[in-house]
Amino acid sequence: MGEEISLDHRFQAYVDADNKVEPKDWMPEKYRKTMIRQISQHAHSEVVGMLPEANWITRAPSLRSKLILLAKVQDEGGHGLYLYSAAETLGISREELLDDLLAGRAKYSSIFNYPTLSWADMGAVGWLVDGAAIANQVMLCRTSYGPYARAMVRICKEESFHQRQGYEIMMHLAAGTPDQKAMAQDALNRWWWPSLMMFGPPDDQSPNTAQSMAWRIKRKTNDELRQEFVDKTVPQVEFLGLNVPDSHLKWNDAREHYDFGPIDWEEFFQIIAGNGPCNKERLAARQKAHDDGMWVREAALAHAKKRAAASASNALKTSAA
Amino acid sequence: MSQSPDAWPLWEVFVRSKNGLAHKHSGSLHAPDAETALKSARDVYTRRSEGVSIWVIPSSAVVASSPDEREPLFAPSDDKPYRHPTFYDIPDEVGHM
Amino acid sequence: MKWATCDLADYALRKADDTLVLGQRLSEWCGHGPVLEQDIALTNVALDLIGQARGYYQMAAAWRADGSTEDDLAYRRDTHQFGNHLLVELPNGHWGDTLARQFFFDAYNFFLLEQLAKSPVEEISALAQKAYKEVSYHAQFSAEWIIRLGDGTDESHAKIQASVNRLWAYTGELFEDTDLDRRLDGAVPLPSMLRADWLQKMREVFALATLELPDPNAYMQKGGLHGRHTEHLGYILAEMQYLPRAYPDAKW
Repeated sequence: MGEEISLDHRFQAYVDADNKVEPKDWMPEKYRKTMIRQISQHAHSEVVGMLPEANWITRAPSLRSKLILLAKVQDEGGHGLYLYSAAETLGISREELLDDLLAGRAKYSSIFNYPTLSWADMGAVGWLVDGAAIANQVMLCRTSYGPYARAMVRICKEESFHQRQGYEIMMHLAAGTPDQKAMAQDALNRWWWPSLMMFGPPDDQSPNTAQSMAWRIKRKTNDELRQEFVDKTVPQVEFLGLNVPDSHLKWNDAREHYDFGPIDWEEFFQIIAGNGPCNKERLAARQKAHDDGMWVREAALAHAKKRAAASASNALKTSAA
Repeated sequence: MSQSPDAWPLWEVFVRSKNGLAHKHSGSLHAPDAETALKSARDVYTRRSEGVSIWVIPSSAVVASSPDEREPLFAPSDDKPYRHPTFYDIPDEVGHM
Repeated sequence: MKWATCDLADYALRKADDTLVLGQRLSEWCGHGPVLEQDIALTNVALDLIGQARGYYQMAAAWRADGSTEDDLAYRRDTHQFGNHLLVELPNGHWGDTLARQFFFDAYNFFLLEQLAKSPVEEISALAQKAYKEVSYHAQFSAEWIIRLGDGTDESHAKIQASVNRLWAYTGELFEDTDLDRRLDGAVPLPSMLRADWLQKMREVFALATLELPDPNAYMQKGGLHGRHTEHLGYILAEMQYLPRAYPDAKW
């Protein structure tokens, strides 16, 4: 018991000195579980997050935009993969992680339970959702767990063009026909508040924040990141000539930040509880892909085994000859 | 721990960039065999850039040293790259570990 | 100019339509693949094909010299104006159906590009040389899946054999010679000339896959090259072209 306390303290001191924790290091079981939960949630978010945007690939209004969107969604798949890879260093398999997701035990970012209803959503999602994600991700490049931090560095490199593409679409629409401008404003209206909710509940309602901050898993709090995001994004909305759907939004000279209106946390908690517009559809899509793909995965493994057996037996024959 | 019949094994990926000096560990992926692992590594970790060299190794085959500059309490005694038991093939007869 | 630019344009349009429609079909898989790594791999193929489509549409637009852009050609032509082969517009079905369709097309595209890379028409040879590298990769990928599924489990063997049998009737059209091909003699290969190599590749891969090769002389469906498509293309274009058509004054 005494030794356990000492290990916890040494671990904390190690992390306090900004060292990276690596897969072979001792770590408190709670740290390991927290890391698995956080990394896998992030991975699930990337993969589920492919769906709302993949929805519009076949309807992209130009060849160039089709290619760009397809590449973006593919990148997200790749990011999911880097993150599953990081999670697996903690002693959990991709299979278990997928099981948890499909059984509803694991979470993914609530934002992906909203529907993408117009082409302008491709703009809004890239600009706002990826924008919010980037804020979080840049912070995570300094997270204490080595494989996660390295995955985040890789992801951040690829992420910046996603946000720019989204904004480009918004600029194009905002400067287009009245229909296009209305489409852009409508998308902004629907995605603004959910994007703010992406940063999670307010600090005083976030049970895990304190420990996560202490272990340098999180480097900034939910409210800090949310405020940064609002401050950065409002000028971008104004540049588009659109309106932020928040009548309380106001620059506060004293604080040197934007004051913004109350968030409907009831909506957020309903989404978390599974009542969002697309929760069931998103999971059903992942479940179907998994189920439909079973025979394919089995076949590939069976074939690999046959080939391995064949070369082993060839090796035997050769050596016997 | 027996694998289900559709669970593809884990491979570690090492990439040497076009003018690089050494292979660097990039991450891992799942593939049924080495050829697929190489192709997937190309797709995922190099985005098909030319002139890169890729090594893939089944995770279970990697043998790792203990970090020697660290204090004994932080150095596990086993030689596996990951501290936790998921990737060790335990024969069924041995039972649950 | 040895060949008529309107013929070169129409030829490029056929290639463009093939690669776009197939790329469009493949992109339907995005987010729904059996394994994340393979989802990424297949959508990489889609990206390459749509990239090739853009190259061909731009080529066609330049030869037409009527002010049309790549997007005008992709988004404002109706089904009877599309010259893709029927094979590429067929539904995705399951992974086996998709990979069978892909393998049939990739092998054809491989041998086609090998010839197009030597075309005296500079625009064609330039595109073909670049595309050839990508398509070699595609053909390898799809061939390996045929083998994996054919010589995998009993279930996969039955499924892929059924896919092959079902799609076989659409492969003949890949080697159909039309008047356009004949007029472009010397610039592009005659499609029927590609058939022997393609069949040989089929035999090789099917043998490794323990699959039965259907009868090469079976009845083959046709019509795509002449604008007479299956019922599927109408739906594909309705989805693909909807935004520019719904907002004709808008620039996208």
